[in-house]
Amino acid sequence: MAERSFAAEVRQLEVPAGTEFHGEGILAVTKALLECGVGYVTGYQGSPISHLMDVLADAQPILEKLGVYFEPAASEAAAASALSASVNYPVRGAVTWKSTVGTNVASDALANLASGGVTGGSLIIVGEDYGEGSSIMQERTHAFAMKSQMWLLDPRPHLPSIVKAVHDGFALSEASNTPVMLQLRIRSCHLHGSFITQENLRPKFTLNEALEAPVRDVNRIVLPPASFLHEKEKIENRWPAAVKFIQEHQLNEFIDGDIEHLGIITLGGLTNNVQRALQLLELGDLWGETRVPMYVLNVAYPLVEEEVLRFCQGKKAVLVVEEGQPDYHEQHLNTILRRNGVDTAIHGKDLLPMAGDYTVTALRAGIRSFVEKHHPAAFAKPVPLGMPTLPVATPRSAPQPAPVIPASGNDIQLPARPPGLCVGCPERPIFSSLALAMQAHGQHHISSDIGCHLFSSQAPFNMGATTMGYGLGASSASAFNAGKLFGSSKRAIAMMGDGGFWHNGLATGIGNAVFNKHDNVFLIIDNNYSAATGGQDILSSRADNEHRSTRHPIENAVRGVGVEWVRFVPRTYDVNAMRAALSEAMTTEYDGPKVVIAQSECMLNRQRREKPKVAAAIKGGERVVKERFGVDAAVCSGDHACMRVSGCPSLTLAPSGDALKPDPVAQVDESCVACGHCGEVADAAVLCPSFYKVERVHNASGGDRWLNSLRRQLLGWWHRRTHAARAERALFPLEALS
Amino acid sequence: MSLSKARSINIAILALGGQGGGVLVDWIVGMAEHEGWTAQSTSVAGVAQRTGATIYYVELVSPQDRPRPDAQPVLALMAVPGDVDVLIAAELMEAGRAVQRGLVTPDRTTLIASSHRIFSVMEKTTPGNGLAESEPVMQLLRDSARQLVLDDMQDLAVKNGSVISSSLFGALAGSGALPFAQSAFEAVVERSGVGVKGSLAALRAAADLARQPVAQPKALGTVTGTGMDTAARALPETAAAPAVQPLLDRIRADFPAPAWNMLGEGLARVLDYQDVAYGREYLDRVAAFTRFGDATTVAEAAHWIAVAMSYDDVIRVADLKTRPERWDRVRREVAAGADEVVGTEEFFHPRLAEVLGLLPLGLARWVLASPGLSGWLAPRLDKGRRIRAFSLRGHLQLRVVAGLRRWRRGNLRHAEEMAHIQQWLDVALAIAPHDLALATEVLRCRRLVKGYSDTHARGSSRFDRLMRAAQSLRGREGAAAALASLREAALRDAEGKALEQRWSALQLPAAI
Repeated sequence: MAERSFAAEVRQLEVPAGTEFHGEGILAVTKALLECGVGYVTGYQGSPISHLMDVLADAQPILEKLGVYFEPAASEAAAASALSASVNYPVRGAVTWKSTVGTNVASDALANLASGGVTGGSLIIVGEDYGEGSSIMQERTHAFAMKSQMWLLDPRPHLPSIVKAVHDGFALSEASNTPVMLQLRIRSCHLHGSFITQENLRPKFTLNEALEAPVRDVNRIVLPPASFLHEKEKIENRWPAAVKFIQEHQLNEFIDGDIEHLGIITLGGLTNNVQRALQLLELGDLWGETRVPMYVLNVAYPLVEEEVLRFCQGKKAVLVVEEGQPDYHEQHLNTILRRNGVDTAIHGKDLLPMAGDYTVTALRAGIRSFVEKHHPAAFAKPVPLGMPTLPVATPRSAPQPAPVIPASGNDIQLPARPPGLCVGCPERPIFSSLALAMQAHGQHHISSDIGCHLFSSQAPFNMGATTMGYGLGASSASAFNAGKLFGSSKRAIAMMGDGGFWHNGLATGIGNAVFNKHDNVFLIIDNNYSAATGGQDILSSRADNEHRSTRHPIENAVRGVGVEWVRFVPRTYDVNAMRAALSEAMTTEYDGPKVVIAQSECMLNRQRREKPKVAAAIKGGERVVKERFGVDAAVCSGDHACMRVSGCPSLTLAPSGDALKPDPVAQVDESCVACGHCGEVADAAVLCPSFYKVERVHNASGGDRWLNSLRRQLLGWWHRRTHAARAERALFPLEALS
Repeated sequence: MSLSKARSINIAILALGGQGGGVLVDWIVGMAEHEGWTAQSTSVAGVAQRTGATIYYVELVSPQDRPRPDAQPVLALMAVPGDVDVLIAAELMEAGRAVQRGLVTPDRTTLIASSHRIFSVMEKTTPGNGLAESEPVMQLLRDSARQLVLDDMQDLAVKNGSVISSSLFGALAGSGALPFAQSAFEAVVERSGVGVKGSLAALRAAADLARQPVAQPKALGTVTGTGMDTAARALPETAAAPAVQPLLDRIRADFPAPAWNMLGEGLARVLDYQDVAYGREYLDRVAAFTRFGDATTVAEAAHWIAVAMSYDDVIRVADLKTRPERWDRVRREVAAGADEVVGTEEFFHPRLAEVLGLLPLGLARWVLASPGLSGWLAPRLDKGRRIRAFSLRGHLQLRVVAGLRRWRRGNLRHAEEMAHIQQWLDVALAIAPHDLALATEVLRCRRLVKGYSDTHARGSSRFDRLMRAAQSLRGREGAAAALASLREAALRDAEGKALEQRWSALQLPAAI
């Protein structure tokens, strides 16, 4: 069950043609796929396109009604390989993933696909995870498009443009027998807007027809001599065909402006921010009017030489706006212009940042310096004779640039807020246990992986040295197996989540460790889902899923590839058991891979499922015991050791309420889900006895009530006695008893 | 060429995971679209979706501004410094961050911020008080916004049975920053159909609040520093218990008035901890510091001698855990009615040291003298114990331990603690005649000694180090300030890095 349900939203996928559709970018893309008569869709979840996979999963019934096949692939490589269905058959297929990481994983299949070329339209929708909010290395997908000769669409961040790009993408792919990448930036994926719908279409050619009447063409297989033929085809047929299509269907846009001797060449995805920058410079307006002519590249690759020449012809200078590095477009444009003897000056990374987000602020600065350099009059007050004058401050009506914040403001050190594990996360006790185990056996080298567990690299745990990719945690400890050979006293520890494990960790990590007789410790964190990407089901998920086969234990898999030493901890919150398993793995005489599987369900998903049930049960009069944790302020020492070994967000601080205790004391806030970790760890780490668990019985049974009243009578008597005794040595009146 | 002067209304929202920032955005967009406006929203969460901060961005365009009916506005996807009309921050430090990012400008921005704090991990893990101060940030907000709505929106929401997104939405309605009537705000909440009643109540309360001239943060109204200090109660006229009256009279007779309140707190603590005689001992110890004629020194002595004499031991914990006031407090915590069934489970982990501490001096020394015996005992005692304090059995167990109070004076732990206290006070008293300020800092150093087991051990060892530092600082210029800085450093991190740095900065001999 995914973190977010789109069950309600997907109903919009069936609205009749001509309806105004309101929703998120990813929902619009899904609708567009159906309008294009797509035959099959697959992919792998990951921000920012996780929701696209969730929408497709929730839309399964609608897809089946239309004869569209969908599956969540095991990895991006698996998804890309599925596009081979469109090599020999005229069936349209689409795949999606997070890029560049997903494209890295998929690139073997993509390179082969692009080499042989496609018959049916093949669309690769990549969530370009670049800039603010990104969770990965800062690279661009553009390089993959260039190296494999795939076309790259980068539409405006505007739902009608994104929807059109899906339609254009399939057509372009078919017209040029080339897979087409459609790039959506982070903000475009989460964009809420509207567009006018078209009719959903059933696939023109179905996968059944393909299965009934298979065809093959040896020239589509990447083997010499075909592979050499493919390279020729790319250059001699497919590229020209693509260029022809792009021109005929005007995929790129030309916007006129009155400062004709200048121009801005921008990628479609950056257009809106460029136009906002122009508006703030009073060179454009809210409705897309601009004084500086623009050439909008909704097709980021390939560049159309004729269009470039047409736009630059007679211009003194143009500014290229492409985010990130290297400056692919700037280089390519220079080549085109010089080859054709056009002397238009090309500006780009000389006036705009070489690296990082192209924020409106950065674009405003770059465009301002570009225009000032070549047309200072643009910023001049109109004066007689139109003599160029020095630029003056922008008029009142324009928003002023951000004023300098009072010195007092800038030097305030605001506490940083690194992302961390959720309230009650089952992974927290694993890291507390590992920390305690390392207190006993010394600090160890830890190879981390991708997933929620990577938050262990942040405070308060601060563990983990590297992360090499999804499911590569285990294999990234390989070299440290040297310790076994050269007699190190410590073993390397490698972490991996269940998501990464099935993504490829089983083969590249565990299989590799068995084959090479690794002596390392492998900690596999099984929270029942691909949790970090939004809680999608995977092979080892415990949930029943009508469309998938789940409940395949990780333990069976690792034993299946030859691991002998396995410790399975079925409740990660048991810190003592968890610590014991890890300590044993660190110290045992056993020579070979040591796998510790720590399994407890992701608390986010658990709560989403259980909370409503519990509420209903209480409402329905059933006996329900509700738990939460608390701290005795009078007992808490204010040392905060519990925060250092737990860091649960529900553990916070409060005034001690005691003039003799100046340090704030621990407090458990209402977000507590009673996972019990604070109590367990206080016990295991021998911290302090201030933690307690409260149990409130809803709809108590007769027995409960009888016992309760008995207790209250007897203890009440005792209470009055002790209370009276204390009253006899009290300076201030004691709190009255209820 | 002629350019339109029309602008979009730009709204940035900073919220933390789980604060319902998405809901707030959906309401704003839903309302605007319902009113015929063009609305675009986007967000950047990334890995922040778990507990970090998420920034949402919304742009609204009025239908009246359209130059042509078919004109489509080109909307940006990120907040631009100097071009933000409304900034909503669901937590105080996030509001400060927004200002530091330049997203709040005096000529343009209506700032709606909640003054409540959600502490960062860094703040929480500091052994002492590592919290950021709120007031400077609130001043920054006052200096930076064109219009400011600043109050505890979290508290307001909870009081009205809702969540912070509702109170922030209400504050937006009341601020008048958007050209929509409050009825439009209420309508979209009603259409959303979930938790409508509470949401509307919070919305209306916040809207009214936002209409008042610059709302002052009530929750943090009288905050000084981080708002974590508790002032000492005023010394009562008469003691609650007649037996205590003589001690109260003694405070008024023999001690400087400025120290009375702290003496009252201290006396109350030690009386509650042990008995009236113990209270007398306490006053005797503090009295030794009156002769230097400085009330501050006496107050500090009153404070820290009380803390030292009421050291945390198993007896104290068992007593605190079985008090009727606690029974009531726990019920309040889970909002349980008087007749509802509530129970607790306590987490204890006493080890050999703690248990031996309870034994009579002679017996304890005898056990310690035979490593065989203690070696046999240790593993048998060293395990976590769960006790149900509200059950008859659990209550009995704990009361038996609490009852050991009568014999506390005879046990090992007490002997050790009293010796430790004496050493400490001797150091202070020896220094006082020559450098009263330094002696006062020596008293304050007791703050380091707290907690149980490892925590207590770490604190004590640092305390002992500071005592040695005090000795070698004697006679130095600014010795008091130096010792104070060492104490602050010792409270900054558990590893003791800060202390080491300070130690070498002061060129103290590494050996000690």
